[in-house]
Amino acid sequence: MADTLTQTNSPMTEGSWDGASRPFKASYGKLMMWYFLLSDAFTFAGFLIAYGALRMSSPTWPVPDFVFSTVPEWLPGSAHHKPLIFVTIMTFILLASSFTMVRAVQEGQQENKNGVVFWMVLTIIGGAAFLGCQAWEWNTLINEEHVSYHTNPFGTHTEYGKYLEGDGHDIEAGDTFQPGDSYLIHNVDGHWHKLKYEVTEGEDAGMTKEMSFGPKAFSALFFFITGFHGFHVFSGVVFLLIICINAASGLYVARKNEYEMVEKIGLYWHFVDLVWVFVFLVFYLL
Amino acid sequence: MSLVKTFDEEVLIEEQGFDDHFHEHHHEDKYKSSFIFKYIFSLDHKIIARQFLFTGIFWALIGAAMSVIFRLQLGFPDESVAWLKPFLGRWIMINEETGMGTLDPQFYYALVTMHGTIIVFFVLTAGLSGTFSNLLIPLQIGARDMASPLLNMLSYWFFFLAGVVMFFSLFLSTGPFSGGWVAYPPLSALPQASSGSGAGMTLWLVSLTFFVVSVLLGGINYITTVLNLRTKGMSLWKMPLTIWSFFITAIIGLLSFPVLVSGFFLLMSDRSLGTSFYLSDIFINGQALDYVGGSPILYQHLFWFLGHPEVYIIILPAMGIVSEVLSVHARKPIFGYKAMVYSIASIAFLSFIVWAHHMFMSGVNPFISNFFVVFTLIIAVPSAVKVFNWITTLWGGSIRLNSPMLFAIGFVSLFISGGLTGIFLGNSALDIQLHDTYFVVAHFHIVMGVAAFFGMFAGIYHWFPKMFGRFMNETLGRIHFWITLIGAYMIFWPMHYLGMAGVPRRYYRFDSFDAFGQFTTMNEFITIAAIIVFFAQVLFVVNFIWSINHGKEQTTKNPWLATTLEWTTPIKAGHGNWEGNIPTVHRWAYDYGKDGEDYIPQYIPLTEKEKAEIDNH
Repeated sequence: MADTLTQTNSPMTEGSWDGASRPFKASYGKLMMWYFLLSDAFTFAGFLIAYGALRMSSPTWPVPDFVFSTVPEWLPGSAHHKPLIFVTIMTFILLASSFTMVRAVQEGQQENKNGVVFWMVLTIIGGAAFLGCQAWEWNTLINEEHVSYHTNPFGTHTEYGKYLEGDGHDIEAGDTFQPGDSYLIHNVDGHWHKLKYEVTEGEDAGMTKEMSFGPKAFSALFFFITGFHGFHVFSGVVFLLIICINAASGLYVARKNEYEMVEKIGLYWHFVDLVWVFVFLVFYLL
Repeated sequence: MSLVKTFDEEVLIEEQGFDDHFHEHHHEDKYKSSFIFKYIFSLDHKIIARQFLFTGIFWALIGAAMSVIFRLQLGFPDESVAWLKPFLGRWIMINEETGMGTLDPQFYYALVTMHGTIIVFFVLTAGLSGTFSNLLIPLQIGARDMASPLLNMLSYWFFFLAGVVMFFSLFLSTGPFSGGWVAYPPLSALPQASSGSGAGMTLWLVSLTFFVVSVLLGGINYITTVLNLRTKGMSLWKMPLTIWSFFITAIIGLLSFPVLVSGFFLLMSDRSLGTSFYLSDIFINGQALDYVGGSPILYQHLFWFLGHPEVYIIILPAMGIVSEVLSVHARKPIFGYKAMVYSIASIAFLSFIVWAHHMFMSGVNPFISNFFVVFTLIIAVPSAVKVFNWITTLWGGSIRLNSPMLFAIGFVSLFISGGLTGIFLGNSALDIQLHDTYFVVAHFHIVMGVAAFFGMFAGIYHWFPKMFGRFMNETLGRIHFWITLIGAYMIFWPMHYLGMAGVPRRYYRFDSFDAFGQFTTMNEFITIAAIIVFFAQVLFVVNFIWSINHGKEQTTKNPWLATTLEWTTPIKAGHGNWEGNIPTVHRWAYDYGKDGEDYIPQYIPLTEKEKAEIDNH
């Protein structure tokens, strides 16, 4: 007991924690990257918790299968009603770029300059492709479905009813729906077409109502969080590019530290991928 | 002959020290070349520490002056403050007929807000932790500098930039932000909510975002330096408690400030981009605003997830400094060294799971509040461990009652007085009466405001020779101490009574509340005490500045006869700290009064007797 509470001197030992040595043989730069990532994880955690809090306090929430069901037209088959196909491709590209990053780090540990550059170029292509996919997805949401930072036309029905008019897309007059069914309010030439419907069951049966916008928080959080993540990917691509050019120029050959710079940006890149897994989970799967 | 004298320090370090090949590849530091790179864009941690300190003192004076102005309003609401017109301009409204000058209520709120923001972030976070972490981490663990001097320099300049933006906001025609230092929405989210909620709030957010960048750059550096750059023999259990506290403080900051940034970014979005993260169902002039679905409570959670750890970011460095100063000047080992480390660590852990005790009255589920009450009260345990250890360290010591020691003892006194009222406030039932009253003001000013300042003063008086090679004037130091200690109690003790009677904080004046009329004299008393204490701080600043060039000169390397490594460097140490080898560490930092020796520095090898004792264990 006396020993745990009061210090007595102990002879000097030479373990990796006993001074003049680096615990886990981690350089200061790598440690700094780890701690930066830890703090960044808390930033994202703050956003995702905000997401959870706002979603839980909202009576309805758009269904991802319905919202994210468009793919580019040049993909085979119809461009619509392909739930989550496009985001699956995006996610695959990003995760694949993590794999190529691992290979770049591995080549670096063998001091193989050409290998490092080759795999880093592939990683950069993967990151850029992901950003391209994200741009396409945002463009579709904003310009075709007219979702904006403060308006969310993706709604969810909360009662049984029958449409009194059609929207020229998927809904025709007379179609019925039930609670939980999703809808998109179309915007034509700047006008929102909020379809009228008749409630068929419950207290309000027989009343005529029109569609209302979905929770604002959905689109705001979507653009905010995927935008913040996309900004991380973008910065990652820029740093990868700089480090790749440095590697190609032979800057790291002279350092003989197994391309540690590549390893550090690798840590960042894997972190960004890991964050995407969570973003993907909350926006597209739950 | 004492053990210290049997060794020639320089010979010992040169022969047994740790050779890090400093001179082989570290040719003349190019940043030594000119004034600009030596003193302004310096990479030397000792210079950066002084930059943090000077900037902190600058902000402390502004923050304190603000408090004097709003105390004048609270103590003497009917006296004319026309004489402040030259300083505050149109924030003093002059009645044309009577010539009576009154403080603009809007500016009163701005003063209260800025006082909190400035003291909490710029003085007690950057000025305290920034100064002493920078100065002491490399010196006490035996390192040439921080792991990354460049990021360290950037850390200061981001802080400087944050200061420039905040300073600028003080001069806006609409005034600085005025919605309280916690910046709760909707006052902070709607630019039209008050005059300070527009440009003032925008600059506040920008400034604090820069500030967080500064804290993170600094913190990452402190952690990495402590982990990777300790000299030979400096195992974790041989580190002084100062280093432990700076290290754990940096970890707390690293994990809590990012969440504040999350909250800020969402707030910026609400302010500028029309989202409704924190806003819902707001009516202005009978008109419903377009914002729906948000939650102001969400901001409070994100804010206090930083906000509570922040009070430990402020107090832990002060605790570390006090532990060191008490031990050195009581000539006794710190009592319960490992218990001190464990209690710092457990305070740090608990600080992350108590944040909602700031929100008991915000509509948080009372059932959830129970958990926060329990965890909050548990913090009393490690805090009490520390207090008992400080007192036991003093017990039977041969105490030098000089300025650093007085302030360290004063810290213990204040920490006890302020800590006890924390037990009241941590209780969600009592909080119904006490929340948002002067009881809260009294509690946190004593326990983390004045106490942290006392830790800072103890550190400044103690390490002033390390920073400037001279001592501060001892007589002025003692006058400063006694006025500040007695004055601080005179300011904050009466506030407990105000608070228990329900007097709310942040109010501009109380004359429309009959119940609070009885406190008029007490408020006058508090204000007079505050003015006296303010001038005592001016005295400190005068002493500080005067002593830099005219104080008693330091003639020996180790004037306090301390054991730690910072006293082994030359009096005017250059960049790199030690000229030759770095000392090797053989013993813990608290070998005072051992085996008949007054003190045994850390670089002195264990004696045969000590080795035999260890073997017998």
